[in-house]
Formats: sequence, structure tokens, C-alpha cells
Amino acid sequence: MKPQLIFVTLGAMLLASSVAAQSCADGKTLTEGTLTIATGNPAYYPWVMDDAPESGNGFEAAVAYALAEKMGFAANSVAWTRTSFDQAIQPGTKDFDLNIQQFSITEDRDKIVDFSASYYTAPMAVLVRSADNLEPTMEQLKGLVWGAAASTTGLPMITDTIAPVASTLIYDDNANIVEAMKAGQIDAALFDLPTALYLSAVVLDGGQVLGQFLADEATELDHFGMIMAEGSLLKECVDAALAMMKADGTLGGIEATWLQETTGVPLIK
Amino acid sequence: MVVAGVSTAIVVLSIVMLVPLAPGWEGVKTSFFNGEVFAKTLPKLLKAFLWDVAIFAWSVPLIFALGLAIALARAVRSPALFPLRIFGAAYVDIFRGVPVVLVIYLVGFGVPGLGLPRPWNSPYIWGTVALVLTYSAYIAEVLRGGIESIHASQRAAAICLGLSERDTMRYVILPQAIRRVIPANMNMLVALQKDVALLSFIGPVEILRQAGIFKSLLANFTPYVAAALIFLCVTVPATRYADYLMNRDRNARS
Repeated sequence: MKPQLIFVTLGAMLLASSVAAQSCADGKTLTEGTLTIATGNPAYYPWVMDDAPESGNGFEAAVAYALAEKMGFAANSVAWTRTSFDQAIQPGTKDFDLNIQQFSITEDRDKIVDFSASYYTAPMAVLVRSADNLEPTMEQLKGLVWGAAASTTGLPMITDTIAPVASTLIYDDNANIVEAMKAGQIDAALFDLPTALYLSAVVLDGGQVLGQFLADEATELDHFGMIMAEGSLLKECVDAALAMMKADGTLGGIEATWLQETTGVPLIK
Repeated sequence: MVVAGVSTAIVVLSIVMLVPLAPGWEGVKTSFFNGEVFAKTLPKLLKAFLWDVAIFAWSVPLIFALGLAIALARAVRSPALFPLRIFGAAYVDIFRGVPVVLVIYLVGFGVPGLGLPRPWNSPYIWGTVALVLTYSAYIAEVLRGGIESIHASQRAAAICLGLSERDTMRYVILPQAIRRVIPANMNMLVALQKDVALLSFIGPVEILRQAGIFKSLLANFTPYVAAALIFLCVTVPATRYADYLMNRDRNARS
């Protein structure tokens, strides 16, 4: 329901932005007048719902349509294709204009393909053994026994921001943290949201993600970017459209809908 | 004396002069011997080291008690108690044969995973149990060596005097055996003092982990050097003391 709402709002803005933006993407796409977007095969919750990006449901599907609108493509001018993760970052010609499937922007990958500006910064999220009787508030977080991996950015966040009463236990890697959680030695641990969702769904039986912090783009390390062929002419149009989406709150709204409400991971207050 | 002094001076001088000539010396100096980082991290490292000392202090009596029990179990002579000897031998084989780190992981995560409530699932408790299991196996072997080194005539004499098997062990064999293996046991204690740091694998923030955290935060290895120095402050006197005991024992016997 929410995405439709967004489309309505975006539709209104389309008139204003399309005039300027359309000229930017003109003649730069694979097929004239169509934006070909690739995603994973299959594509997963909460990034694309039910493996159907055409519905515009799911965070990345919604971002893709919003971006297309900003670039001057109507929803029916968006064509979807699928690639595996590895296919997308191989060098060579591409059969997509844009590829969106949670690619972390890294220097090594950037040498082979072009990345758009980041459309998502993975925030820190709190993984707990059981969220019963727990509210996602700072006060409650202080009372938990925390665990963290020694080399992550999560550690300073625990000691400085959360400042728990009990001393924090430190481990070498995520597997050990999960093991300590199973043993009941720690109550909570910090991971970036995608890792926390994965651990709670697959690794830690009955684990829950209690809440997420507001992402700080400057300090977090994991930024997601869309992939384009190296030297793509489209990059400046995509980046300009993304900047517009950040400035007018479109991106934040999509994130709230699909990565906070749908996943049930509220912001920590 | 003079020759020893001169040759030592030459070796020390050449190290002090030559090492800084190495092309990477400046880089090594800033990342391993950084005075600023050293001063900044030392207080917290010392505080973390208290955990090592505490874990060591409460482990030692447990290790000796269990080690002695296992050694005595292996030394029983009555045929009826043969299962006890088998148990003692199996215990030593297993815990002396498995690396300490593995025992710490298995006991430290495995036993609390059975569903013990707090505070009985603490990594401090089960980490200590792991250390005690491993080190008591070593100590048991050292003590058994001591017991077997006591000449058979001592036992024969005690029995002639009318002492029971139990009293022979208690009043004749053990006092001599334990005295004889003190230096070897001091060695084990020095090793234990260092192995306490392995408990950091299951969560406790003791000195090794604290140094690792500083290393990640400051991207500098000086905290490790500081931690090594703190360890040396404890282990060097302990080793010297063990040497002293060993010499005294040798002099007393010759």
C-alpha cells in the first residue's frame, strides 16, 4: 500500500523532474526509451518481495522504480532482467543498464565496474536471543550483557554509545558470538542489519533483531551501490537522480517502509 | 669475565647500531614502539592484566588438588582399585593430548550451552574449568614422576616400621616426592600464567584481548609490546625463582 502512495507523490513530481532528467539519460540506455534493470536470481526478501521486482514491492524494487521516475522513465518503460552476483561484477559488456542486488561498494570491484552513489548504508542492528519483554530503547539496552567481535566498528558503539552496565565480552568472529548467545553468556550483539537479519533467520535458532540504529553514512563501512558497466555514460544521471531522492526524502521513505516496517526492525530510540 | 663483558658489549652495540639502519625501521618504530600509544594504553592493559592474575590465582589450588588426586589414582597398587588406575591414565592421555585452546572452546561454549542459568554459565567459570582439566593432567604426570623417583627401599622401610599403605604414601613418599618436583611445577606455573590469556577466546577481556582491541582501534601494535612487557614483569622473576629452587635442590642432593 505504501509504495503506491510513494508512486502517487512521485508521479506528481515527475512532471517537474522529467523535463531536465530525460535529456540526461537520452541515448545512453541499452534500448532507447527503456531502462533495463537487473537484480538477483532469485531476489530475496526484504530487497524484492516474492521474487517479483515488477511489483515494485521490496526495498530495491521500490528504489529502482523511484529512480527510474526521477530519471524520466515511466514505470512501464522499466524492463527487468536477472543476473547472478558474479556475472554482474565480471568485466565486459553488460545486458543491463543498472544492476541492483546489495552490492557493497569496494575499491577492488570499482576497478572492474562502475558503482552508483550509495543508495543504502547498512545500519547497526541489535541481535538478541529473545526479544520477549524487551523494548528497543537505549535504557533497556544498557541493562543487557553485550558481546562483540574485536575488530568491528560495533565495539566503540557499544562502549561509547550504549555504555552497558555489565562488562562486554569480546570474540574473534561472528560464529563465536552466536555460540556465546546460545550458551546464554551474552544477551545481545551488534551487527550490520543485513548480517543481523541473516543470523536471526538462519544461524541463531529463535534469534530476533530487536532494533536498528540510524545509519551514519560517514562512519559505517558497508554502502550499497548499483552496478553499471565500466565507463557507463549513465552514471552521472543515476547519481544525480539518487542525490535528488536523498534530498527530497524519497529514499528515506522507501527505507522506512521496506527495511523498518516490513522487517519489523524498529529504530532504537 | 673480561672476555664475557667485551663480547656481550660488542653484540649489544651491533644490535643497537645496525637495526635502525634497516630500511623499514622507522615504520616498525612507529607501529611497534610508539611511546605515546604505550603511555595511553598501559593503564587499561594493567587493569585487564588483573583478570589474568585473578584467574591464575584461583586456578592454581584447584590444579594442584586435582593433579595430586590423579597422580595418587595412578599410583594405587591394590588390584581391586585397578579401574582407578585406568581412569587416571585415560584422563592424563586425553587432557594432556588435546591443545588447551580446544579444551577452552569445547568446555567454555559447550557446557554452558547445555542450558545452565546465570551466573553458572559464566565463561570465567568454564574457562577456569578448562585450564584446570588440562593443567592438572600435566601436574599429575609431574607428581607421578616424583612419586616413582622415591627409591623402593623407602617404601619397604616404612612397611617394616608398621605403617599402612596409606600412611606410607602420606608421611614417607609424598613429602619427598613433592619437594623433588617443585622446580618442574614452577615451570608449569609459568606456562599457566601465559595460557590464562587463551581464555580471551571465549569472551573475557583480559590483557591479550584488551591489547587486540587497542590494536584495532589505534591501528598500532605497541599495545602488544606493552602486554608482552607486563607478562615479562611477572614471568621473569618466577622463572628466576624456579632456577634458584632447582639449584638449591641440586646442591642439597650433591
